[in-house]
Amino acid sequence: MVPAQAVAGASPGAGAWSEDDEAAPLAPRARLLPALGAVYRAQLSRARVARIPLLFVATFQSVGIMVLLRGVVDGGAPARSVVSGSAVLVVAFVALNLLAQYFGQLRAGGGLDHYATLPVPPAAVVLGAAAAYASFTVPGTVVTAVTGCVLFQLPMANLWVLAAVLPLAGAALSGLGAALGLLAPRQELATLCGQLGMSAALLLGVLPPDGMPAVIGWARDLLPSTYGVEALARSFDPHPDWVAVGADLGVCAAVGVLSLAVATWAYRRAATR
Amino acid sequence: MCAVRDLVKTYPAMRGRRGAAQAPAVRANDGITLDVRRGEIFGLLGPNGAGKSTLVRQLTGLLRPDSGTISVLGHDLVRYPERAARLLGYLGQESTALDELTVALAVETTGRLRGLGAHEARAERDAVIGELGLGDIAGRTLKKLSGGQRRLACFATVLIGARPLLVLDEPTTGMDPVARRAVWAAVDRRRAEHGATVVLVTHNVLEAESVLDRVAVIDRGRVIACDTPGGLKDMVSEEVRLELVWRDRPPLEVPEIAALESAARASGRRWTLRLPADQARSAVAAVTAGPAFAALDDFTLATPSLEDVYLALGGRAEGLVKA
Repeated sequence: MVPAQAVAGASPGAGAWSEDDEAAPLAPRARLLPALGAVYRAQLSRARVARIPLLFVATFQSVGIMVLLRGVVDGGAPARSVVSGSAVLVVAFVALNLLAQYFGQLRAGGGLDHYATLPVPPAAVVLGAAAAYASFTVPGTVVTAVTGCVLFQLPMANLWVLAAVLPLAGAALSGLGAALGLLAPRQELATLCGQLGMSAALLLGVLPPDGMPAVIGWARDLLPSTYGVEALARSFDPHPDWVAVGADLGVCAAVGVLSLAVATWAYRRAATR
Repeated sequence: MCAVRDLVKTYPAMRGRRGAAQAPAVRANDGITLDVRRGEIFGLLGPNGAGKSTLVRQLTGLLRPDSGTISVLGHDLVRYPERAARLLGYLGQESTALDELTVALAVETTGRLRGLGAHEARAERDAVIGELGLGDIAGRTLKKLSGGQRRLACFATVLIGARPLLVLDEPTTGMDPVARRAVWAAVDRRRAEHGATVVLVTHNVLEAESVLDRVAVIDRGRVIACDTPGGLKDMVSEEVRLELVWRDRPPLEVPEIAALESAARASGRRWTLRLPADQARSAVAAVTAGPAFAALDDFTLATPSLEDVYLALGGRAEGLVKA
């Protein structure tokens, strides 16, 4: 028998619930990190079922773009843009586009009710899903970057930068994807926004920035994936400017924090109407 | 333990797009008041669109009422909707969030998100899967299961991480009799061992009669009656239901049949009549003799069901299931 005065958060445990008219004890909340881990694990398992073909598509698309541009671009700064743009494009495809679709679909299909009726912090759901989608991009991005280095004879010595670019660009783009998916009034719009975001990442990330008109250049500066692309492109330099790389990654991190916060707010708003 | 007072919820009008008509505002709950007692299986019975799901979505904190109060186990859920998740387990009509997970992982993850530790969640997962007989399909993804199996798997996610109140929105839809029995056995066990209370949405009349302790009959957003199934049926106990199915067309040239026509609700070749017992007897005598019998394909005479109660109370007939 659990006394009615038991502090909130005490487990109801075995046995009968209080018979009093006093407020019954509340079951404990799920804590952020264990809940995040559970969501992450569940989302990762979905990859095996549903996402592997799409990961192939993402990688082939990026490798294909590099092969196409191989004939036009030979070495130098443009080659760095093409390779780093193509590598980050995999992240944009999965984290931005697919995550926007997933949350749009979840919201339209009433799937958010499942999470909303569990005592789980909204941040755990959003961050768990975003982290899982960012993880899906790892193999494709690495394969694309290595293939690009071979195709354009770029040095692979500093490819370890990917270890920072992937999670930070992943956070920024998946946060954006989650926010778009949760804020779009209709599922089709969420899909559309995700696809547009990916197209923007493709055009503005892969093409060398030097010849762009000013307006397009500004748009490029506004896109968070740009900073991931720049950081990776700088690392191909024989003597990389690490301060600039750090600054680029800092922008990714800031956008990631901001967009994940917005996505968490959007989730809360979408889950309880 | 669960008190609902004057609950009103109106869905706003949808602005029509070009070429589409404007959808008017819908008052889905129109002053609902009811009390659920501890340890009972309380049913919400009504056809689709009656406002049952709107009511449970407010009960579970998913939807904010326009006005009225909801108190569950002493907690004001209109003021603190987030507490609902810590008081009750909810089975909704959708499984989108779980579709691509295996049954075992769906149950375990839900347990973790209901605040269980890793060990507890795994132990309870195995217990629940065993209890519901899901062992053979535990490694399969929900998407690959039949509708009834998927529903049972979703029900398993409601049971993990015990809660004093279970809110189940049409839990047995699509289930075979074995699965249904597993659901009701699990519910009974939780009631006997923990004093758990169940609020159940159904539009299945037979299920309502066999499993519910009390039932609120809901029509057009209002509670039109609330009593035990037996108590409700007493309201129409002097009537019986006579169903006639004609081979081809009703033999209206027989005067007794023509006299029945005005009282019958016709649906295709089927007539449904609600009559006092003595009139029903003479009607049966008339249809089982001579030319009327030749035109008759089938007939049944039955004591009133909750469907008859529902109709007697002025509800719309369509939408209730008798299976």
